[in-house]
Amino acid sequence: MASLASPRQPGDLTGWTRWANTHRKWLFAAPAMTFVGALIIFPLAWTVYLSLTDAEGSVRAESEFIGFANYLEVLSDTDRFWPAVLRTVGFTGVALLFEIVIGMAVALLLWRPFRGERWVRVAILLPLVATPVAVGMMWRLIFDPNIGMANQILGWVGIGPQPWLAGQHSALPTTIFIDIWQWTPMVVLILLAGLTALSNEPDEAARVDGANAWQRFRHVTLPLLMPTVIVAILLRGIDALKTFDILYATKGRGGGSFHEVETLNVYAYGLSFDYNEYGISSTVLIIFFLIIIGSMWALTSRRKKGAL
Amino acid sequence: MARRKRRTPYQVFRAVALAVVVVSLVAPLLWMVAASFKTNVDIYDSGKAFAFTPVLENYTKVLDQANYLQFIGNSLWVAFAATVLSLILGVPAAYSMSRFNMRRSALVVLMARVIPGVSLLVPWYYVFSNLRLVGGFTVLILSHMFVSLPLVVYILMGFFDGLPEELEESGQVDGLTPIGAFRRITLPLSAPGIATAGILSFIFSWNNFMFALVLSGADTKTLPVAIFDFVGYASIDWGGLMAASTVVTLPIMLIALFVQKYVVSGLTAGATKG
Repeated sequence: MASLASPRQPGDLTGWTRWANTHRKWLFAAPAMTFVGALIIFPLAWTVYLSLTDAEGSVRAESEFIGFANYLEVLSDTDRFWPAVLRTVGFTGVALLFEIVIGMAVALLLWRPFRGERWVRVAILLPLVATPVAVGMMWRLIFDPNIGMANQILGWVGIGPQPWLAGQHSALPTTIFIDIWQWTPMVVLILLAGLTALSNEPDEAARVDGANAWQRFRHVTLPLLMPTVIVAILLRGIDALKTFDILYATKGRGGGSFHEVETLNVYAYGLSFDYNEYGISSTVLIIFFLIIIGSMWALTSRRKKGAL
Repeated sequence: MARRKRRTPYQVFRAVALAVVVVSLVAPLLWMVAASFKTNVDIYDSGKAFAFTPVLENYTKVLDQANYLQFIGNSLWVAFAATVLSLILGVPAAYSMSRFNMRRSALVVLMARVIPGVSLLVPWYYVFSNLRLVGGFTVLILSHMFVSLPLVVYILMGFFDGLPEELEESGQVDGLTPIGAFRRITLPLSAPGIATAGILSFIFSWNNFMFALVLSGADTKTLPVAIFDFVGYASIDWGGLMAASTVVTLPIMLIALFVQKYVVSGLTAGATKG
């Protein structure tokens, strides 16, 4: 009877069942890995290759290998490329800053249970699951300089009408505002999950020692919550860098007629699908990809060193 | 809960602050829905901002003339198929990656979250246009799986990490094969995790815009792309546009509210592991 007491092993089986059970690790993982390999690794390799060629026009046209010429051209382009880099970094930096600060404040307010909590949670979920393109259209109406509610509200408090999305300098800040409206709830949910997982004891101990609310937050809660804050920055930062839908919905192709909201993603999209400049576009994308990976790496390595 | 006799200043502050948060999150959405029931004349009249006679003409326009019923069907089909296929591929993969600690393989799948979608679209467009698939459902569903599969793997890996291995071992003691133990013990226990992953995958696929913008055809357009039919070069049909936006986003918001618990656990999956 001793043999029945030990778990059944693949070795006890025969034929196909035995093979499947012995190799289940790869049998289970292989379909997904193949899919990812075919749809991601191969296209990525192709993008690297295209960035070294002069591919343009039709996707079927002949192209020549030109080495790093595209990279030289892109990196010396102060007309479209570098402004797009600045907009991408600025958009992400400003949006992240507001989303983390406001998100932290709201998460702290929601931390302890209270009556009516359910309704606040419903309100927080709505922007998160709303379709970004529809959100863009919604704000486009609200921010319309002539008929929008935003200027009407400003009028009530005696401030003159603003151009919002239509202004050459106000368009980017307005899209940042939309991003903050839609995605601060994401930060709230993540930080709230982190806060809920914290033990109450350190906070209580600090309270007994006479620390005030700000001191307890600054020296007890925040350091304990820091890993979750980093996760929120990482997840939100990656998506903010790649923002496309609301920019396209509010300003259309090329980020508006003066490219006022043209980020790297919008620029690369336009190069590929409006101008068919596949070589240049791939170069922009590789640089963009390196920027994303670089900032992720910087963030996670600082965290490992304990600097954050 | 016992009724409090007096509110502390903090409680008053919290109530006011959260009221501001709720209003600023919900009011714009209500404004969109309200505008979808206004005539274009009323939308242009600031005197009718709140006092207007609701009309259904924008919705009849969207559903009858703009062919939205077909686009709703397209969106449903693409999101449903991408979700089911992602679960079929993703559930066993997440299980293997969790049980056998395949962190490097997992990282490859999660790369999909980091890569800018545009860089995949050019090669896809090249390959699929040679196969004459651009504009069809196959390529749309495949492209949406690029978003949903990593999501499924990410959420379920965390879920499987939390399931004790002892349960499967006891099943094997009772005569199940390792795969049998996965099918009869782990899979049923994972129902909440699979539901979470499926719901999130459906929402993200429904909301996806960029892939359908490039890869869909006139007959396979999904809703986020179809919205742009109401944006002309010279003028915008605001009433129609707001009705279209409401049709796209209201159903998904209502679904999310019904399954709020799953949506929240999916969105915050892995957030607290650090």
